[in-house]
Amino acid sequence: MDVASAKMLGAGIAMIALAGVGVGMGTIFGSLVTSVARNPASRASVFPLAILGFALTEAVALYALVIAFIILFV
Amino acid sequence: MAAEGSNSIDALGQFQLHSALGAVGGSVNFTQSNLMMVVAGLGVMGLLWLGMKPRAMVPGRLQSAAEMGYETIMGMCTETIGGPKSRKYFPFVFTLFFFILFGNLLGVFPLFFTFTSHVMVTLALSLTVFLLVTFVGIKEHGLHWFTYFVPQGIPKALAPLMVTIEIISYLSRIISLSVRLFANMMAGHVMLEVFGSFIVMLGGLGLLGYFPAALSLGVNTMLIGFELLVATLQAYVFAILTCIYLHDAVHLH
Repeated sequence: MDVASAKMLGAGIAMIALAGVGVGMGTIFGSLVTSVARNPASRASVFPLAILGFALTEAVALYALVIAFIILFV
Repeated sequence: MAAEGSNSIDALGQFQLHSALGAVGGSVNFTQSNLMMVVAGLGVMGLLWLGMKPRAMVPGRLQSAAEMGYETIMGMCTETIGGPKSRKYFPFVFTLFFFILFGNLLGVFPLFFTFTSHVMVTLALSLTVFLLVTFVGIKEHGLHWFTYFVPQGIPKALAPLMVTIEIISYLSRIISLSVRLFANMMAGHVMLEVFGSFIVMLGGLGLLGYFPAALSLGVNTMLIGFELLVATLQAYVFAILTCIYLHDAVHLH
């Protein structure tokens, strides 16, 4: 197998990490919906925490993307 | 863009730095990244200076924007850092937040450059935050700060392992803070470039390609909207994580 094809395969395999990130995202916003449904008045204080959690989880997805880019282009 | 009629998309060429300001800039390596940093800095100063010039009791739009910016960051500082000394860190957090925010947002405009899409820039910002937090912690608590790495309520036998893990996770803040911002910005612009290349490549196919090219243009438009959201969100996350780390430094958990 030549290097270019191996690089493409490596980048694709690196993206499997996004499965865990997807589960995490769903958990965050699922619990946001549940907590707002239980106590609608808490929405203003819970929503910034949910956005913070979303951004931190998205960061993990982007770490995987960075590795994929390093495999592909470096 | 698909250069020379080739079949590959040059996604990362947009991040290459060239000299701005011609030959004078080239002699000191003043690139478009530096130029955008100057523009962002002037933008923030302009927002505050021009916004606060009217000094009306009932603020107009620009004054309202400047005051809201001040109030949200002040609230973030006092609530997250907490304690009597939290206002000391407000200027730093304010500068950090608005510099990153303007840097991210200015990159969405065509022909401008996102200076936060280079890992060296975000690494510099992240190292500044890390060093500040460490020095603040050591200044506040002296040598007692090193007990930060010993979590409470663990059996003594596990202590060496836990301390090692805690130190590694503390040092990894540098990487996580910088890579989060860098990867978000770079990925956003790579996506814009890729879908833009799709438009040109599909349009080149003739009449059959016009409809998918229009779809790609729609996706590109939505991506720009998403980029605006991500830009604001990443600046907010950087600032709030700085505040959380400062809280840990000042209060030791």
